[in-house]
Amino acid sequence: MIDLTDVSFAYPDGAFRLLIPALRVEAGEKVAIVGPSGTGKTTLLNLIAGITVPESGRISLDGEIMSDLKDVDRRALRAGRIGFVFQDFALLDYLTARENILYPYRITSAGTLDAAARDRAATLAASCGLADKLDRRPGALSQGEQQRVALCRALVMQPKIILADEATGNLDPDNKSAILDLLFERTVAQDASLLAVTHDHDLLSRFDRVIDFAAFRQKTVAS
Amino acid sequence: MNALILALAYLRFNWIRSLVLVAVAALILAVPIVSQVLLSGSRAALTDRAEATPLVLGSRGSQLDLVMNALYFSADRAEPVTMAVADAVWDTGLGIPIPMNTAFETNDARIIGTSIDYFDFRNLQLAEGRGLAVLGEAVLGADVAARLSLGAGDTVVSSPQNLFDLDGVYPLELNIVGVLAPTGTPDDEAVFTDIKTSWVISGIGHGHDSVLDAQADEGDIVAAASTLQFNRITPDNIDSFHFHGDPATYPVSAILFVPNDARASTILRGRYLDPENPVQVIVPRDVIGDLVDRIFRIKTLLDAVSLIIGTAALAAIALAIFLSYRLRAREMQTAFKLGARRGTIMRLLAAETVILLTSALFISFFLILAVQTRGDKIVAWLLAT
Repeated sequence: MIDLTDVSFAYPDGAFRLLIPALRVEAGEKVAIVGPSGTGKTTLLNLIAGITVPESGRISLDGEIMSDLKDVDRRALRAGRIGFVFQDFALLDYLTARENILYPYRITSAGTLDAAARDRAATLAASCGLADKLDRRPGALSQGEQQRVALCRALVMQPKIILADEATGNLDPDNKSAILDLLFERTVAQDASLLAVTHDHDLLSRFDRVIDFAAFRQKTVAS
Repeated sequence: MNALILALAYLRFNWIRSLVLVAVAALILAVPIVSQVLLSGSRAALTDRAEATPLVLGSRGSQLDLVMNALYFSADRAEPVTMAVADAVWDTGLGIPIPMNTAFETNDARIIGTSIDYFDFRNLQLAEGRGLAVLGEAVLGADVAARLSLGAGDTVVSSPQNLFDLDGVYPLELNIVGVLAPTGTPDDEAVFTDIKTSWVISGIGHGHDSVLDAQADEGDIVAAASTLQFNRITPDNIDSFHFHGDPATYPVSAILFVPNDARASTILRGRYLDPENPVQVIVPRDVIGDLVDRIFRIKTLLDAVSLIIGTAALAAIALAIFLSYRLRAREMQTAFKLGARRGTIMRLLAAETVILLTSALFISFFLILAVQTRGDKIVAWLLAT
């Protein structure tokens, strides 16, 4: 469950300010965020993940107050509870698709890289149509395939909160639908909260709720 | 462990850059020590052999060339003197002269035409076969035998003295009768014959027999400018070999002289002090002592240059590693976003450097070990070239 109250954030140059009086995503809920570019959708995901810290307000994840935690604890919470699909995929070019999916196990202590984890990675890859491409490096994968690898990496540790930044942006219609099916299935199976930024209005009807983010952004006037 | 696995994967993916970095770092680490090992070895080899050789007689001119050729069989040769010089010092009764003719080579090994006294003087032991007995026989130094895979019963052919020596004599096939035990000195890299055999190679002595093609069967007689030919001394034709001219005029590259005592040495040196005398007597220890002093004066300069180059190379490696960190900045950002701790990210970066430097250390260690193990041979080869 994600709960934001009176969250305020501004970049140092002051030209952008985000104010969120209240935002709540229940466990098992699938929420889409839409809005024009530059309205702070990615910033919101970063705030929820503890990647950036709000100026004020409270961000709670499953009862843990993320905004009160120290950096080390925010990282641990992020590693253990959050699966993040980045807009730029953020895959490592020197690792195979399989190793990219398992990368969180290599760099965090939130899970153990055992046979179960490897099986889970293989199953996720198979469900994304990547079964025969697990030994390829990102350079040998298409954009859509890279995006699916990034999705598998976000889901492999069975997170309770799934943050997806344009997770279906580079996919063809069939794959979009399949990936969304997978995201929804995992959300339900893990009783997770899904918060997905998307520009794809055709998919909005499949979400439980849609938030138009334009309302949260404020432009400040330099004094 | 995971940091190492990821670092290895990264280095493997960027294998060309990794190899270059490891090779450069290994060389930076190894070269100062290797040069130190070789220089110390060279100094020891030069000094030991010089101190073991009381006096050398030869043509007046470069003392260094004379010593380097007579003791270390280097290619730089002083003008030859004649056998009359050896006879003259023999007649003084002050010691034993050991004439040496070093004018020829075979398979990149110098042929040393000398007397049996040389083997006693250098305390050379046979590892295989027997010593020189008749004309046309050769005893190989240990390294030459190993390099050419030759032993007693095989043959080697002397190399032509000059490629353009069209009117020169034919090379001589030498019958190998023995192989010397290794000594770790230039003797290991030499082929020894009787000095008369070396004169046969130079054409002063010859037989009246057929010239043979390298591929010819017995009995075939071939003599054409387009084919390689050589002389062969066999039991059947050895009696036909003879020498022309006064033996006293035959060439000798240098004469090692083993005086009976210090007094005999001083007397002999006194007799050759006249600068008008075309023959000089030199004390190898003095000549090599000067050389070693110069080498080590130059070494100080080389050390300074090495230090500057090493520092520059280390800076280049540091820059390459720093740039690698910059290239991996996006990966580190991803690791942070996925929840990696600060320490884990530092370990990810450090693992790459640790693997590179450890590999370089191992390679440089084995490089130094290899040079140390084969130091004597490398030094002998360096001194002979």
